[in-house]
Order: sequence, then C-alpha cells, then structure tokens
Amino acid sequence: MIRPIATTREMTGMPTGRLAVWWLIASEIVIFGGVLGSYLMHRIGHKEWAAASAHTNTWAGAFNTLVLLTSSLSAVLAHNAALRKDGKRAAKLLWFTILGGGIFLVVKSIEWTGEIKAGYTITANNFWSFYYTAAGLHGLHVIAGMIVMMFVAADAAKGKELQRVENAGLYWHFVDLVWIFLFPLLYIAK
Amino acid sequence: MSDTAHAPASTDAAHGHDAHAHPDSFYIRIWGILLVMLVISVAGPELAHRVVSNETVAFVIVLFTAFGIAIVKAYMVVKNFMHIGVEKKYVGYLLIAMLVLMGLMIGGVGPDVLRHEGHRWVNQAAKDYKLPGDTGHHGDAHGEAKH
Repeated sequence: MIRPIATTREMTGMPTGRLAVWWLIASEIVIFGGVLGSYLMHRIGHKEWAAASAHTNTWAGAFNTLVLLTSSLSAVLAHNAALRKDGKRAAKLLWFTILGGGIFLVVKSIEWTGEIKAGYTITANNFWSFYYTAAGLHGLHVIAGMIVMMFVAADAAKGKELQRVENAGLYWHFVDLVWIFLFPLLYIAK
Repeated sequence: MSDTAHAPASTDAAHGHDAHAHPDSFYIRIWGILLVMLVISVAGPELAHRVVSNETVAFVIVLFTAFGIAIVKAYMVVKNFMHIGVEKKYVGYLLIAMLVLMGLMIGGVGPDVLRHEGHRWVNQAAKDYKLPGDTGHHGDAHGEAKH
C-alpha cells in the first residue's frame, strides 16, 4: 500500500505530518503574538482605548470561550477514540468540534452586526481596527480548522488515516489558545 | 523525490505516541476546571469594577482574574489537550523560541509605542490624540515624530 511520507516517515522521532503541524503552530505564534503584542502595547500606551473597549460584548465573548473550550474537549476525545482505532466515534466527535466552530462564527457574526450597526466599524478608530483584525484573523483560522476537520472526519469515519485526527486536534487547540488570550484583551480589560 | 513511501497498512494511528492516553473522564475533568476558571475570569473583573472603589486594587484583581487565569488556562490546554509533556523536547524549544522572538519584537517596539516623547523626539500627534470612540470618526494615534 502506498501512503504519503507525512504519514509514514519518522526521521525526526515523530511522524512528519505531526511535526509539520507543530511548525505551523510555531509560525502562528509569531503571527498572533505580533498582533496581540502590538494591541497590548497600544492599549497600555493609550488609556483612552478603555472607552472604546467598553462597547465590546463580554457575554458574547464569554459564551464563545465556552464554545471553543467545549470544542477542544471534543477534539481531544476524538484523538482518544482514534488511539483506540474507533474511527466512527472519532469522526462523530470531530463533527461535534466543527459544530462548535460553526456556533462560534454565528455568535461572532451577530456580535459584529450589532457593532457595525452602532457605528463601530473597522475604520472607526484604532481600537476597532485592532479588534476586527485580531478577531477576524482568528475567525479565518476557525474556518480553516473546520474545513480541515471535515476531510479528516470523512476519512476517520471509514477508519482511514486516523493519525490525522491528532494533527487536526493540535491545530484546533491552538486556535482555542489564541482565543483564551483574545477574550480578556478585547472583552474584559475595560 | 517521490512524495510517497511504502509502509505497512497497519501503521499505528499515533506512531507510538500514545504514552499520553488518558480515559475520557480525565479530559472531561480538565474541561470542567477550565469552565470554572472561565467563570472566575468573567466574574472577577465584573465584581472589581462594581464593588471595589480603589482603582489600584480593582486593577490588580482584573490582572489576576482575567490575565493570570488566561495563562493558567493556556497552560492546562497545552499540557493536557496538546500533550506537550510527552512530545519531543525540541518541539517545546521551538515554541519557546517563537515566544522569545515575540518578546524581542515587543521589547524593540515597545519604547516607541508606549512613550510619546524621548530624549530628542516628541510624537506630538500621539500626545494630542483623543480617541473618537463614540463618534465613528477616523483616527490615527500616530503622527510623524518631530525632532
């Protein structure tokens, strides 16, 4: 049987596919670290930003944190199922994770619609520019994770390429991690 | 170079990386702890703003309950969900190196962003700037530095 090198080669002591995900996460740390670090510096340097940040919806942010933490749980449970070679359960749990991503995006859309209608657009001021850039970039990563997991779940349901369940999960946990820091920065520090 | 390789069909799902296997109940317990911390991270700052009159005390409460707990939550996710503890050591070094790069960026840019004047320069636009938060006007906190 012919299988991709990312699945089979382990020259570095771990499957190349998993190593690639860690490299991806490392590069994402620099991207999100740059955005969050810049936000933090400007927030501390400009006390007037507190007035703008008072308009973000803490409860929507908290609910989305709950959703992402729960989707991370289902991702790690899917990994556990894959370790037991239970592809069907892994696939079900991955679909539950995708559902979590979907709920997150719906809540975000409702939230953004209200904010934009109230005049808090991306060009309103620098706080809102940061807000939409950081949360939007994170949202794109949520969408990417959902798409990847759809493919992984489809294979897992047939008992194929179960090692990919862990790789997709690692990425999803990182997306969750970014939100864990975005939430207090954008919604709580007022 | 070919991008495929021959391998037995029975390749393990985790390639021997199952030393971190826990029962499902373990992960549900971790999730429960994360939810409790989420409640504290929302309730702490809310109470600090509403109940505590001393600004410094309120700031410290927000710092610990919001940001302190965020760090603990992140640690728990990395340790228990991403299993960094049983991963190859160089993965940890790789991630730490990225955090150091982030710190270097903040350290290098911070003095310019956090201050509006220095030994021989003044960023007058930033000093004069007032955020047009509720008006929806355009604004830019950073003008040209004047020497």
